Amino acid sequence: MSFATSIGRTRHTFATLAELLAKATPHRSGDVLAGLAAASAEERIAAQLCLADVPLARFLGDLLIPYESDEVTRLILDTHDRAAFAPVAGLTVGQFRDWLLRYETDTTVLSALAPGLTPEMVAAVSKLMGNQDLVLVAKKCRVVTAFRSTIGLPGRLSVRLQPNHPTDDPQGIAASILDGLLYGCGDAVIGINPATDSVPAMEALLKLIDELIRRYEIPTQSCILAHVTTALEAMKRGAPVDLVFQSITGTEAANKSFGITLPLLAEARAAALSLKRGTVGANVMYFETGQGSCLSAGAHHGLDQQTCEVRAYAVARAFQPLLVNTVVGFIGPEYLYDGKQIIRAGLEDHCCGKLLGLPMGVDVCYTNHAEADQDDMDSLLTLLGVAGCNFIMGVPGADDIMLGYQSTSFHDSHYLRQVLGLRPAPEFEGWLEKMRIATEGRLLPATGRHALLADV
Amino acid sequence: MSDAPDQPPLVPASTSGSDPWIGLRRFTSARIALGRTGGSQRMETVLDFRLSHARARDAVMAPFDLDGVAYRLCAAGLSTHRLATGVTDKKTYLLRPDLGRRLAPASASDFRARAESWGPRDLAIIVSDGLAAQAAERHAVETVTHLAAHLGAAGWSLYPIFLVPCGRVKLQDEIGELLGARFTLMLLGERPGLGMPDSLGAYFTAGPAASRTDADRNCVSNIRAEGLPPAAAATKLAWLLLESARTGRAGVALKDEQPAASALFDSPGTLDSGSV
Repeated sequence: MSFATSIGRTRHTFATLAELLAKATPHRSGDVLAGLAAASAEERIAAQLCLADVPLARFLGDLLIPYESDEVTRLILDTHDRAAFAPVAGLTVGQFRDWLLRYETDTTVLSALAPGLTPEMVAAVSKLMGNQDLVLVAKKCRVVTAFRSTIGLPGRLSVRLQPNHPTDDPQGIAASILDGLLYGCGDAVIGINPATDSVPAMEALLKLIDELIRRYEIPTQSCILAHVTTALEAMKRGAPVDLVFQSITGTEAANKSFGITLPLLAEARAAALSLKRGTVGANVMYFETGQGSCLSAGAHHGLDQQTCEVRAYAVARAFQPLLVNTVVGFIGPEYLYDGKQIIRAGLEDHCCGKLLGLPMGVDVCYTNHAEADQDDMDSLLTLLGVAGCNFIMGVPGADDIMLGYQSTSFHDSHYLRQVLGLRPAPEFEGWLEKMRIATEGRLLPATGRHALLADV
Repeated sequence: MSDAPDQPPLVPASTSGSDPWIGLRRFTSARIALGRTGGSQRMETVLDFRLSHARARDAVMAPFDLDGVAYRLCAAGLSTHRLATGVTDKKTYLLRPDLGRRLAPASASDFRARAESWGPRDLAIIVSDGLAAQAAERHAVETVTHLAAHLGAAGWSLYPIFLVPCGRVKLQDEIGELLGARFTLMLLGERPGLGMPDSLGAYFTAGPAASRTDADRNCVSNIRAEGLPPAAAATKLAWLLLESARTGRAGVALKDEQPAASALFDSPGTLDSGSV
């Protein structure tokens, strides 16, 4: 069944639900590249008018990628909670947007609703939401996870310390870790993107952080962002793995191009759980996503990049992650051209992930070939702080010298905490006081004689 | 010096410059120990960052001095041939990677006619500005001349050097297929990092064809004076090409076991869709 609406004398028709979703999506370069975007500004609003009238329940029957050919579709339908869906089962997408904004739709209501929502419903409603809707609805969601620190509590903002080095040099990485800790960062995770994806390299880096965490009793967790198969092998060899990392996407074919399947992720999670290394919780997975990855892998099945992205969150949800991070501006201008598109995508990803019950963080970032700069990142960072984002990145001086892109700095987290009165994870906040690094939201005067620097 | 919050020193360390652990910078080029004013970055480090970003942006948008590269290759005794993709401006190049992966229709039909006259040869070298024209301008000529000398000594036959503005890595598949070349090698400016606006990348393909993907290619990256210098890059590329020809391996199956240069960097590199 196709979709149609008339605006004046023009009749706009959309042959499929996938086409309708794509054309209703706010303009972005990746959908234009894929040949899926609305041809005119009016056609985009015509699609939004049509989409507003689509019943939410239709997404349970009109499948964007067939059940038989895609394990992500099967996961979405097989785990859908009809009882949780009941409160909104009779609504259209447009009515659902209004329902989400009601005073009565609070944290408790949204937490209960999450298992009843599918990615397609959430993607659809987000396309009708303005930026302020995306902020407000996300702010009403609360997703709390834990391992050695508790992340996502109200009034808290955590930071992933990202101490990358172009050759994985242990001393270079340690130098950036110390810098980050002395700036009060690292409560979400100390997470390294290794330059070389190999088991020995991963083991060496894991031991480095593990020793640091043990020695200074830091209430945080480590993660080496290598392939899940590398982590599995490292665990078999007895390496101290806290969190298992994997980049994930929203279609089976795109996940295959990443070398992963759902059973493989389940196997890795079981292995990490068996190590029992968490102290205050047992969320052991760290996932990264980003709009455009399915198209980039040639596996988007004619879906727009934002819908594909939200389907990736169904994959994440199945494994109860500690952290889910959308690396929003990393992919480049052919997917998100400028600051405006990156900001919108960051707010969408955060809100959609939260609605589905995920502990969302955002890598507020851009590359040098994107039409964006630090001012755009300041804007997105601030908006995400207001929206209650669980965590952001902390990269020395915002300049990742291994991945060659710009993210947020340690200083940026202090800006956000100051301006919004946000605090680190409670366990980590206590450690910062104990170590005389920060107190009452302020960094203490820097000294070269700090305990963390004793052996340098 | 007391570090109690209620007894700040007369001139707080936090506003007088870098952090006291600045010595850690000997271990990394990361922007550590920047110091702070309140919790924010100091004017000095903010402006330093802005300058780096400005230079990277300028590098992305700079025009390509194709004539200069052609002239210097000629002077080195190498003939050149110009080709064109469907991209005519930088914005289109950034937004439409698909166009940068194909020759413009007119250029392709011209080329088809010429290909016959060259006959099958071992290697087609293609030079493009990519995402940083100054990388191609500064390092491509030196890399190509050294490489041509190495391969000439090994008895390889080369096509004229193909110069193509606004090309992407995959463009080599169409060019190689039209020529019937045994190998193609594409040199192009990499996505500029903050501190390195002129880094050249080299990607080669054995048996170039439309069906080839990034997994079939080998990459040598970070070719620049402060990274892998052009002469060393040429040595490395020659070794990899000869090894690929000898073993029949390519892509991830071709391991870089060249003793001297192997510790310098990792190969094959990852082919990030955003950078190529």
